[in-house]
Amino acid sequence: MTNSSFMRRAAMAGLAAVATVGFGLPAMAQKTKLTVYTALENDQLDPFKKAFEVDNKDIEIAWVRDSTGVVTAKLIAEKGNPRADVIWGLAASSIALFSTMNMLDPYTPAGADKIKPMFKSGKSPETWVGMDAYLSLICFNTAEGKKGNKSAPASWADLIKPEYKDSIVMPNPASSGTGYLTVAAWLQIMGEQAGWKYMDALHQNIAQYIHSGSAPCVQAAKGERLIGVGLDMRGASEKSKGAPVDLIVPKEGLGWELEATAIIKGTKNLAAAKKLADWAVTKKANELYAKTYAVVAYDGVVALPKNYPANAEKAMIKNDMEWMAKNRERILAEWTKRYDGKSAPKK
Amino acid sequence: MTVAAAPPHATRLRATRVGLSLDDLVMRLGVVALAVVLLVIVGLPLWSLLAKGFEDRDGQFVGLANFVAYFSTPALFDSALNSIAVALVATLIVVPLAFIYAYALTRAVLPLRWLFQGISLIPVFAPSLLPGIALIYLFGNQGFFKGVLGGPIYGFDGIAIAQVFYCFPHATLILVTALATADARLYEAAEVLGASRLRTFFTVTLPGAKYGLISAALVVFTLVITDFGIPKVIGGNFNVLATDVYKQVIGQQNFSMGAVVGLVLLAPAALAFVVDRLVQRKQVALLTARAVPLIPRPQLGRDALLTGFCTLVAFGILAILGTAIWGSLIKYWPYNLSLTLDNYDFAKFDANGWDSYFNSLQMAVGAAVVGTALMFVGAWLNEKTRGFHVMRGVVQFLAFLPMAVPGLVLGLGYIFFFNAPNNPLNFLYATMAILVVNTVAHFYTVGHLTATTALKQIDPEFESVSASLKVPVWRTFARVTTPICLPAVLDIAIYLFVNAMTTVSSVIFLYAPDTKLASVAAVNIEEAGTTAAAAALCIVIVITSAAVKALHVLADRFLLGRLQAWRRR
Repeated sequence: MTNSSFMRRAAMAGLAAVATVGFGLPAMAQKTKLTVYTALENDQLDPFKKAFEVDNKDIEIAWVRDSTGVVTAKLIAEKGNPRADVIWGLAASSIALFSTMNMLDPYTPAGADKIKPMFKSGKSPETWVGMDAYLSLICFNTAEGKKGNKSAPASWADLIKPEYKDSIVMPNPASSGTGYLTVAAWLQIMGEQAGWKYMDALHQNIAQYIHSGSAPCVQAAKGERLIGVGLDMRGASEKSKGAPVDLIVPKEGLGWELEATAIIKGTKNLAAAKKLADWAVTKKANELYAKTYAVVAYDGVVALPKNYPANAEKAMIKNDMEWMAKNRERILAEWTKRYDGKSAPKK
Repeated sequence: MTVAAAPPHATRLRATRVGLSLDDLVMRLGVVALAVVLLVIVGLPLWSLLAKGFEDRDGQFVGLANFVAYFSTPALFDSALNSIAVALVATLIVVPLAFIYAYALTRAVLPLRWLFQGISLIPVFAPSLLPGIALIYLFGNQGFFKGVLGGPIYGFDGIAIAQVFYCFPHATLILVTALATADARLYEAAEVLGASRLRTFFTVTLPGAKYGLISAALVVFTLVITDFGIPKVIGGNFNVLATDVYKQVIGQQNFSMGAVVGLVLLAPAALAFVVDRLVQRKQVALLTARAVPLIPRPQLGRDALLTGFCTLVAFGILAILGTAIWGSLIKYWPYNLSLTLDNYDFAKFDANGWDSYFNSLQMAVGAAVVGTALMFVGAWLNEKTRGFHVMRGVVQFLAFLPMAVPGLVLGLGYIFFFNAPNNPLNFLYATMAILVVNTVAHFYTVGHLTATTALKQIDPEFESVSASLKVPVWRTFARVTTPICLPAVLDIAIYLFVNAMTTVSSVIFLYAPDTKLASVAAVNIEEAGTTAAAAALCIVIVITSAAVKALHVLADRFLLGRLQAWRRR
């Protein structure tokens, strides 16, 4: 009766599987489990969690991590019945959106006075407090440059030179926040009219508008493209792994975005959430951020992570976040009309 | 006849509803229960997102304003045309390939048949990231064969190649089921009547597989239309509807517009549904009670030709897999190609390390067990219930829907529906169970179609005979139908298992801190730029699914042999 006994065993294995489904981790008896939504990079999660838990032995961080767009969409979709306690490490533009949707529990962390003003929401109490800034800059593959005898660009204006035809990638602003802040930065630096004219010219050199803010520098690092315009961190970390890539701060200045911390309204772990918000603005936390970000929120913590250009913070443009939010739909519609519709693959 | 045999209380019922036996009643109740389950796991979650297509961003009802806004953008038209073009091309390539391949597997004498069958399934073992990575290594700007395509891989060509790879097993699975059950007597008759082989093929083989062929074409077409993973990685600037949904929902958090595109995407599904109904009407049972199973006899020319064909296809599949394996073992593409095993130390790349892999295993087993039971019993109820056309139509439609819906629409719908504070089922949210339910729902269509195809080939005479022998219908189900269909049942279980191992687009919204899946981890690792580690995790997933499939083959050979013995003469 191999047959029926096999079936029986298979059925029992199945039942066991079904029984285990639905039971997650055994609950930690005394520790508060804090559900933290984040878009921090994968390799940052462990050090951040450990550092926080050393100082807060009664709290355990449970991460829900994904890309900025996914986490933002998930938080908004869960609005009716929030599952997150805290956000730690998500684009401030997303968090500002949550603020207008009345999803946040305003709280000014103890020690927030040490944070540079531009890294705070400006409300009282604060709806969010920043941690670091990431920049949208130029990644240039030196090996491919040498091979094709192409010089490195020094400015945004250089990118429209004919020698870069079809060799630049940038994030699609309709699918990536980094893409939008890049476009918005150009419009703010050059003014709207000149900005669109610049993008018209740049369009000739763009090989692809990618659906991700971190992919352009990764592609440049791997030589898939000569130049990537996008998120800085990935370019730097690829360089540490040995990629022949240079991070270039264009001389006109660059667009940036903050990552911030905020407490979700309705959290059942408010006390623990506040502890995290407090810890996130400490010098210790900021020194941790400074290992991977070129610019951090704490006044006096100098960030000089490996492989970053030293002048990055000075090049940050005066970014009008309110203008960016208000004009987003209009700019994206215009951008889509100009560049997205007629983008058949170039031969 | 049935009525006379029914127990007394059923006879009482007959007084109110003439001709409804106990069997009929039970079956109808079953169909209603199935409809309710499908409504909860497919219909309502989808509606809770798609309804937003009629609301503005603040949740105010705006009628068709979003549709008007969307249809007046020229970009929509381009995306729709692009979607249809790439889906048509992929379908026209995949279905003939899969048909010949399935034909070779079922109707020819192939050396190493089991190996060819196994290889044909490899693409479905792999997360869609894998062909993306492999194609870039092969044809990308740094690839070994760059320039071979006469243009960049990013765009139409890349999407088409990756989709052909990705959809091939789906079509093959359906077509193997369609071709596996054949009545040898028909072929004998054809031979005796002096019909040429070609004529036999067109008058016996093709009509018998018609339902499978159309199902396969519909499945491939809608899979390509709704998939956003491949166009996202390798689509370049080639916009399709599925990436439009991505742009609206993920890029701009505009659920209303995302819902509008999602609804537009349902059009192919509606079409598929109508076509299916039309074909179904004409489908006749192939495996009658007196059928004699067809055992292919050696035929040198045909066998050699088909072996050559299968070898070629298998080589193409293995080339892509091999590239990914090699890619998982190198240090830094393309500048340091020395070999290393470091990329398999997942704790270095993802906080969850190997945990996510074990979560995936648990989820996949759960989905295979729960899903197979639901799909097979469900398909049986829907096929064998007499009359009751409206409700059966509802079930059929709900079973078709998931195929037409991009995963991210279903995933967000699950948040809206299952996370609602007033939903009694919201205890499921953020558990492993919701991932299981979501996966079963997401892959419902192909499982349902496979079960239906298998069931359709069984002569209804079995049921009539049982009924006249006073055997209740569920006993016929347990003692006759299920054993006959056991190969198809196991196919469905394997299909669910492997898809649960690779699925991303829907579950990415639903995992909780302790239920992160390997497939999601692979996407995150790739996004972080560590392509080699992402390839490594993909390979681990492929190996797992391949191992499970190997067990299945063994089970098929040694354990099911007895149950299927009747097929032999």
